[in-house]
Amino acid sequence: MSKHAPEPISIFDPRIMRPALIESFKKLDPRTLWKNPVMFTVEIASAITLVTFALSLTGANKEPAWFTGLVSAWLWLTVIFANFSEALAEGRGKARAASLRKTRTEVTAKRLKKPEFGAAYEEVSATDLRKDDYILVETHDTIPGDGDVVAGAALVNESAITGESAPVVRESGGDRSAVTGGTTVIANAIIVRITANPGETFLDRMISLIEGAKRRKTPNEIALEVLLIALTLVFLLVCANISPLSIYSVKAAGQGSPVSLTVLVALFVCLAPTTIAALLPAIGIAGMDRLFQKNVIALSGRAIEAAGDVNVLLLDKTGTITLGNREAVEFVPVGGHTDKELAEAALMASLTDETPEGRSIVVLAKNKYGLQADAPPADAETIVFSADTRLSGLNTGGKQYRKGAADSTVAFVKNLGAKDLHIDLETVVDRIARAGATPLVVSCDADILGVVNLKDIIKGGIQERFQQLRSMGIKTVMITGDNPLTAAAIAAEAQVDDFLAQAKPEDKLRLIKENQEQGYMVAMTGDGTNDAPALAQADVAVAMNTGTQPAREAANIIDLDSNPTKLLDIVEVGKQILMTRGNLTTFSISNDIAKYFAIIPAMLLSIYPQLNVLNVMHLATPLSAILSAVIFNAVIIPLLVPLALKGTKFRAMPAEKLLIHNLLLYGAGGIIAPFVGIKAIDLVVGMFV
Amino acid sequence: MNMYEWAETIIFFVVLLALVKPLGTFMARVFQGERTFLSPVLVPCENLLYRICGVNRDEEMDWKRYAVGLVLFNLLTGVALFAMLMLQGILPLNPQKFPAFSWHLALNTAISFMTNTNWQNYSGESAASYFTQMFGFAVHNFTSAATGIVVAIALIRGFVRRRTTAIGNFWVDLTRCTLYILLPLSIVFAVFLVSQGVIQNFSAYRTVPLVQPVTYDKPKLDDKGNPIKDAKGNPVTESVTAKEVTIPMGPVASQEAIKELGTNGGGFFNANSAHPYENPTPFSNVAEIFLILLISGALTATFGRMAGNPRQGWALLAVMLAILVFALGVLYWAESSGNPLVAKLGVQGINMEGKETRFGLAGTSLFTVATTGTSCGAVNTMHDSLTPLGGMMPLSLILLSEVVFGGVGTGLYTMLAFVVIAVFVAGLMIGRTPEFLGKKIEVREMWMSIITVLVAGILVLIFSGIAMVVPQAIASMNNPGAHGLSEVLYAFASMSNNNGSAFAGLNGNTVFYNLTGALCMVVGRFAPILASLAMAGSLAEKKYVPPSLGTLPTDKVPFALWLGLVILIVGALTFFPALSLGPIVEQLQMMR
Repeated sequence: MSKHAPEPISIFDPRIMRPALIESFKKLDPRTLWKNPVMFTVEIASAITLVTFALSLTGANKEPAWFTGLVSAWLWLTVIFANFSEALAEGRGKARAASLRKTRTEVTAKRLKKPEFGAAYEEVSATDLRKDDYILVETHDTIPGDGDVVAGAALVNESAITGESAPVVRESGGDRSAVTGGTTVIANAIIVRITANPGETFLDRMISLIEGAKRRKTPNEIALEVLLIALTLVFLLVCANISPLSIYSVKAAGQGSPVSLTVLVALFVCLAPTTIAALLPAIGIAGMDRLFQKNVIALSGRAIEAAGDVNVLLLDKTGTITLGNREAVEFVPVGGHTDKELAEAALMASLTDETPEGRSIVVLAKNKYGLQADAPPADAETIVFSADTRLSGLNTGGKQYRKGAADSTVAFVKNLGAKDLHIDLETVVDRIARAGATPLVVSCDADILGVVNLKDIIKGGIQERFQQLRSMGIKTVMITGDNPLTAAAIAAEAQVDDFLAQAKPEDKLRLIKENQEQGYMVAMTGDGTNDAPALAQADVAVAMNTGTQPAREAANIIDLDSNPTKLLDIVEVGKQILMTRGNLTTFSISNDIAKYFAIIPAMLLSIYPQLNVLNVMHLATPLSAILSAVIFNAVIIPLLVPLALKGTKFRAMPAEKLLIHNLLLYGAGGIIAPFVGIKAIDLVVGMFV
Repeated sequence: MNMYEWAETIIFFVVLLALVKPLGTFMARVFQGERTFLSPVLVPCENLLYRICGVNRDEEMDWKRYAVGLVLFNLLTGVALFAMLMLQGILPLNPQKFPAFSWHLALNTAISFMTNTNWQNYSGESAASYFTQMFGFAVHNFTSAATGIVVAIALIRGFVRRRTTAIGNFWVDLTRCTLYILLPLSIVFAVFLVSQGVIQNFSAYRTVPLVQPVTYDKPKLDDKGNPIKDAKGNPVTESVTAKEVTIPMGPVASQEAIKELGTNGGGFFNANSAHPYENPTPFSNVAEIFLILLISGALTATFGRMAGNPRQGWALLAVMLAILVFALGVLYWAESSGNPLVAKLGVQGINMEGKETRFGLAGTSLFTVATTGTSCGAVNTMHDSLTPLGGMMPLSLILLSEVVFGGVGTGLYTMLAFVVIAVFVAGLMIGRTPEFLGKKIEVREMWMSIITVLVAGILVLIFSGIAMVVPQAIASMNNPGAHGLSEVLYAFASMSNNNGSAFAGLNGNTVFYNLTGALCMVVGRFAPILASLAMAGSLAEKKYVPPSLGTLPTDKVPFALWLGLVILIVGALTFFPALSLGPIVEQLQMMR
């Protein structure tokens, strides 16, 4: 199978760069910039410097025009850089959305009068389809809208949505009945009941999500914004306070001039948390985009952030923790039968069994005992596994070969007249079950020959992932239909923290509710219709794209690859988004210390020359010092754009260690970096001034 | 520091820290309605009070009712004090026949005592009658202290309780706080202070002959009170000999203990705790410092106990203590380095200007950082006379929003607001929705914490700025230049943060300072109180999130360090420019 994630589009791609550049000027419109209050104040500040620049050109302002002009230019650039980072993040999404949009153009649908094959249909445009219309989709047709297969089965190519080139089977009934608009049927015909009106389909939702059009601020983002706005207000007052204080100081010292408006505005912009405010929108949008690169669609930003907070992870055993299928690894005869006898009977019972377990028995019998598995005898009558008997097997030559769970096989042979069971049967069954494997009891007529040891194969490397989760404080719970003994053994081998055995849908729902009651955030993955209630209850609900429509509707995250371990990636991205915000906030505020040391002595030097002691960077002149701080404040934004888009590196380590690590990197780094940066810029600026 | 000073300082802190846990536990028991050793005596008193006032002690309130009760109570006591000051001339116990206060001074003073600030634009011994002192000021010393403490307790309940709107009963909390904590402690310490020589009487002021008459030059004044100048423009002076002195009297000891214990700080006399009748001996001095820090320190243990995590209480105390000790070190060093200008004249040694020799530098420095780190504001030295760098320490401690132990209750709830902000940023940095004590920190908590932490700073920035361009305000400065700026900055810092101490060089009894100050005190007091109560209400309704490995431990060293940094950085970023135009430049000017 060839799998390709959506191609990572480089941010330096001109297809994205150019529109982003244009967009960053369009976003200067105060009516849109208003949504980012911190940058909005910066825009007002920039406008004020434009006035002081004009005044210094006319001579009304005594500051040199080159200074006010450059300050004004760099303040405007600060706003533009902020807009640019947001536009860039949006641009990637837009490019993806455009390619998705292509898939839904100009599709015609065959609307059926009656939901039957052979019924008459009319050709209508896909946009005319409404909920509960029935349509016929034949080979090479594009499925015109989201729906459920109500009749037939077909091979469907879903690469337009998932990037997965291997076709999948979609059939009526069961958990694989959902089809998505924009995908193509490559063989057979199906009848589909439409489940979404145009504009509300999965594809539509996906496009608007990727474009960022529907993005709403998450609670965490709002709380951070509250902090940033408060800090901005304080810095505004700090700068307003300096003016009268400097007026008084001029009188008191008898020299110098009060701090000018241009300098106050420059100081304000430098102090305001512009770095984080500028990058904040980009961080959220980029997070969604990173998930999309992993083939995961988050239906809301809130869901991703919630994923970062997850304490309990409910994982289906099958397909997530173990490889989907159990394998026969051993034949254990009972009651004096030889293992060869058992192998032969098991082979016969499995000869026509197409399940992976059945095939693994055949393979083991062939490889280990050299048995020849020919085509089934002509008189063979296949007994298919049914929920009633819970047995499967073969009748041939007057003999009834059966295999099944211990209790059902025992019941079957007793029914045929068996009196005494072999005394060692129970011990063998018990031993196998206790080891986490599945004992499959094999019988021939009324005699039990032995037990096949069917083992769950734990996925490679899964233990390490659980270990990682544990170190992040996330508890993993395995959900399985197995009996408690089996479940316990597999849980121990896979190193999950807990398990829920013999789980029915209502058990899952109850488990989630219980955990939430205790204050935990619960994530789960599911695909079946009977998972839908539990998915709706979970804080983070990941539905497989192969899942049913109800499951997909109950979920807030859709995994296009249908790979349940994706949850780990989602948790990671959720944490990354929060961390990037936190780290850049700390960085942004730490920067202020150096900016103070650059600007304060510079702006007060004419009043109190003694304050030059504070000019620890030995910046060339007061004007170059102020200009350097302003330039640093502006250029740090584009320099940090890649970090904002990629997210700060995620490390699975305990909270405290992580905090120390990030504080050293972004806190201490945030203090030191501007000292170096401002000094370097001043060296350059100093050459011209 | 000499041996004696080291011993004094170390023994002081050891005794203080040793009492944190027992007193903290006791207070927790009091507020949780449990039995204490005082219950046999006090429960009947308590029940009698409830019966008289019609309080149902089992009825709990949501945060709004709690807040309404608190505001009404404070309004009532504040108006009563205002009336008392306006009617002082006709009220009893006034042997010196002091007249009524001016309306703006009465307003400022009433608000000052109501808000636990005790900023005094009057001079106790020459303006306030014994009636005013006892039934006005002393009563407020209890009620305003209790108000602060119960807000902290309500906030703790918010963190501890789950899925409820109830955060306690204001009237019960107020009563229990006063009866079980403030009254017993102040009685015990008042008796101790009397043993040290603090006076307690209702006598009229005494005029006694001086042991040694003093002769000094006094500027000659004309009829209008202006100094007469000679031909060269120098003031004409006349020689005066003073043979007697008037000694003020009063019921000092009873007010002295609660003044420190409730971090009120309003002195009976103008000289406050520098006055020998308020603070006669080194022992009384240490006892007073001890009282200033006692309840605020112990409340951290109350918090730890009620939150079921004593370590968390110790962590907060450690942060407070670290900042206090740092400020103490800088202050002591700056003062012992002396004044470089004086040194140039060939006089070496520590800067003793404005200090009382009986306390020594250690006793003075410790008192100074304790009274400004908490919102007490009592003084045993003239802060105005400290070296600029030394003076920057008390100023900075006030500007840090009063969390270095802080006022009784106010220190804890402001500290908890800082914790919420620190937890929020730290939570993001480790990739989790931030939580503290199992409660998620969300938008509402952020708003309330930010209001609690920043309101005072915002008031200081606004009003110190205004004062610098209002001629009437500048005229109040006794010192020109950077020092005058420090005086104004200190005044608004002190009033907005409800401290009440002053850089003495400023004449605050003007309409401008009385009214702007009153505004600063009210907003600086009640905005954080209401925000804290609102936060308590919002927190109490939340469910509890049990800790996991992914939860940031908030009771260990890394978080404590981070919390300390957040406090210092917020303070530094807000006030660095103002400080650099005040004490920093003044120190630099002196060194040149």
